[in-house]
Amino acid sequence: MIQEPTAREIEETKLYQEWGLTDSEYRLIKNDILKRQPNYTEAGLFSVMWSEHCSYKNSRPVLSRFPNSGPQVLQGPGEGAGVIDIGDGKAVVFKAESHNHPSAVEPYEGAATGVGGIIRDIFSMGATPIALLDSLRFGELDNERTKYLMSEIVSGIGGYGNCIGIPTIGGETSFDPCYEGNPLVNAMCVGLIEHKNIQKGQAKGNGNLVIYVGAKTGRDGIHGATFASDEFADDKETQRSAVQVGDPFMEKLLMDACLELILDHPDWLVGIQDMGAAGLVSSTAEMASKAGSGMVLDLDKVPQRETNMSAYEMMLSESQERMVLCIKPEFETEVTDLFKKYDLEAVNIGYVTESTDYILIHEGKIVANLPVDSLTSDVPVYHKEQKEPARINQFKNQDDFIPEIENVRETWLDLLRQPTIASKASLYETYDSQVKVNTVVKPGSDAGVIRIRETNKALAMTTDCNARYIYLNPKIGGQIAVSEAARNIVASGGRPLAITDCLNYGRPENPEVFWEFDQSAIGISEACELFNTPVISGNVSLYNEFNEQAIYPTPMIGMVGLIKDVKHITTQDFKHLNDLLYLIGTTYDDFNGSEIQKMVSGKISGDLTHFDLKQEKRNQELVLEAIESNLVESAHDLAEGGLAVALSESAFKNDLGMTVELDITDAQLFSETQSRFILSVNPANAEAFEKLMELNAQKIGRVTATQMIDVTTKDNHIVIAVAEAKHAWEDAIPCLMK
Amino acid sequence: MKFAVIVFPGSNCDDDLFYAIRDGLHEQVAFVSYTETSLDGFDGVLLPGGFSYGDYLRSGAIASLSPIMNEVRRFADEGKLVFGTCNGFQMLTEMNLLPGALIRNKKIKFICKPVSLKIVNNQTSFTTDYKDQTLIELPIAHGEGSYYCDDKTLVKLKKNKQIVFRYEDNPNGSIDDIAGIVNERGNVLGMMPHPERAIETLLGSTDGLDLFKSMLTTHTEGVR
Repeated sequence: MIQEPTAREIEETKLYQEWGLTDSEYRLIKNDILKRQPNYTEAGLFSVMWSEHCSYKNSRPVLSRFPNSGPQVLQGPGEGAGVIDIGDGKAVVFKAESHNHPSAVEPYEGAATGVGGIIRDIFSMGATPIALLDSLRFGELDNERTKYLMSEIVSGIGGYGNCIGIPTIGGETSFDPCYEGNPLVNAMCVGLIEHKNIQKGQAKGNGNLVIYVGAKTGRDGIHGATFASDEFADDKETQRSAVQVGDPFMEKLLMDACLELILDHPDWLVGIQDMGAAGLVSSTAEMASKAGSGMVLDLDKVPQRETNMSAYEMMLSESQERMVLCIKPEFETEVTDLFKKYDLEAVNIGYVTESTDYILIHEGKIVANLPVDSLTSDVPVYHKEQKEPARINQFKNQDDFIPEIENVRETWLDLLRQPTIASKASLYETYDSQVKVNTVVKPGSDAGVIRIRETNKALAMTTDCNARYIYLNPKIGGQIAVSEAARNIVASGGRPLAITDCLNYGRPENPEVFWEFDQSAIGISEACELFNTPVISGNVSLYNEFNEQAIYPTPMIGMVGLIKDVKHITTQDFKHLNDLLYLIGTTYDDFNGSEIQKMVSGKISGDLTHFDLKQEKRNQELVLEAIESNLVESAHDLAEGGLAVALSESAFKNDLGMTVELDITDAQLFSETQSRFILSVNPANAEAFEKLMELNAQKIGRVTATQMIDVTTKDNHIVIAVAEAKHAWEDAIPCLMK
Repeated sequence: MKFAVIVFPGSNCDDDLFYAIRDGLHEQVAFVSYTETSLDGFDGVLLPGGFSYGDYLRSGAIASLSPIMNEVRRFADEGKLVFGTCNGFQMLTEMNLLPGALIRNKKIKFICKPVSLKIVNNQTSFTTDYKDQTLIELPIAHGEGSYYCDDKTLVKLKKNKQIVFRYEDNPNGSIDDIAGIVNERGNVLGMMPHPERAIETLLGSTDGLDLFKSMLTTHTEGVR
């Protein structure tokens, strides 16, 4: 074993800097908190707990903008996941988490363990996981590296979710060059719970035991949290060792055992938390700190799968599939026996104390003795410098982009072939979307839908973020991200309940990045206030850069909505011949940041105009009312590629065609004006529908059996066979992956 | 009729089968742990899909050595009905209750989608409620579902009419488009598609229900 540096050596050589602590943070620890030099183990604990990933020390001032309360909120941010009331004594639990950095260096395991981690957050609350979603960003599919990353990341997500048996029912995948060296992998898990079973990650009650359950601890993932708080460059290939390896079979056993303990034996259990980033130290320190308790841990008892592990290594390891329990001592045997039934170890590794000291014992010696709050609450909060990037002003002052369309038909088909728009079936068909037999709407529609057994209700869920808009105008882009998520929920027949997020940005030390972060948070907050969708959980991922080039600011929004009755569940597909087609919302020249702008000019620029949050809400309310009045056969939100893409997608599943007449230009077929929907309505309901919508719905045509897309604009008459359009859309990604 | 759904560590379609019987067929059903040694009182055995033992070694290989499996073998030897889907089918071939093996899909990747199947023998204990040669749609969800057997076995399967379901558009490279087979005696069925996921209109298809109804019919009217 390597000799650990002494406390003095750590200060003299500034070893702490390598672990991410700054000089001023070190001085704060030494002079104000400990009033002595931290030893090797202690310095390690501080460095991970004070990393951005664990402490949110840079992002906290921005996160404080988010609304996170409301009568529906049973648990806001601060626990494993947020909890929202859905009536009948039931609640929905959800959270999203990023695993960008691990997935960039070891894509299969990085993505797999991202899924594993978010599932643990959900069942640690006492909830049964019912669905997974994934939001992915890649560079262009024009190089082997990106194809490899996508293939492996998708396999990793499927490998974990399929094995553990939780359906993957939605998400999104988009492509822009800025993600080439730093792909984004954001996983969301949704669970269902009875109010009475909601757990807390707390360790309280003098003498109560701290129990370690699950996989043994190895040296994998040490400093994963610190690693996530640094950017990438070509010369940092050595970081591969910081990626963990997942075992979904182990997690399935762990999940089943923990849920049995929570649901059947609530009197045994005081608190439960998963070991995620910064493993054992983060979980135990947070549990003690939250309860105002102290804790003593005997590290010799920690199950280890490698020999000669130091205290530092055990505390910082991010080995997967591990949980910490706080239980009443009189039930130790019962708890151990319960886990034994699942072939799992449950080991007593320590106890809760009345003091507020966090004490670690290893090989009979005290190796760390700190005030527990110093790890969790004493972290300095930084108000980072902000600066509006020069591009923003340029975008505001330039003329709006308007594409010149020479051949509408070809443009239409080319847009359907753009990877961001093209069918993702080749990806999501590798995910089990139906296991547990509750999936009503599978991947490929606006939102995934899971019915809630023993009720008439269902849950709609989606992830959304058009990062191009946020790059152009972070505040409006942030509003749009939430609005688009809500539009997807509404189009599925649901009422938006709340959101989770993964806030992916570049280096916070760059004032321009921080400005983007803050501005987009303002936009998200404004939209959440208006839609009454509080932010109940989430995650921040900074330092998403490659060779000093930051990604587009990408705050992924994960939203869940409640469908009051399964009969209101609506999909985007046209259902019946002769149904009437209505367009909700006005179409303007909105091409800045659009797919067509990227396609024809190779880049995006300009400002976002015409977006009106209040109009958005109004349109959504009308559409939801029409759906809940049983007047709507299909509903689809308009997003990338605008009306042309939305009409095509609505026709594909049932191979129906349409005749449409529009009072817009050819180019406007591809405009991405927000707040729009396409609805199909049975002619028998047309009168009632039109009365309800007043002047907000424009009749544009009808569904036909010709299997042709037949569209007339102010400029042209376009006819495309549905089969030809579908072929372009379906084959694009498989072709690029060859 | 009382069904047993055998639960192995890592099974994840056990609920799917349970609900299909309880809420779809409206018959009795209970979970039976892999550690049990008796199937007394049960009239049919259902082996669920999933990843028993994390697919370690080979899919279904470790599960097939579980304590309950001796009893499942005895149950099958008595001529009682045994049904395995997906991972359950893999267990049945591992135990040699059915011939052949399930290997990795031709295109390597896991596939989850609805597929079209033809009922090629409606004279088995599991298909009497289907019309012969009709097409049904059932979901598949597997990575190792490509059925393989040697030529001799294939000839035998055909001759004995042991092939029950064939894929219309073979998704995984299975030999002779085979999606499901019975043993020679006709009381053990293994198939890769999931009939238990096609029980309710709300979820898109009810084409799987007739399989369980057929088992009930067989039980009520006697094994054919």
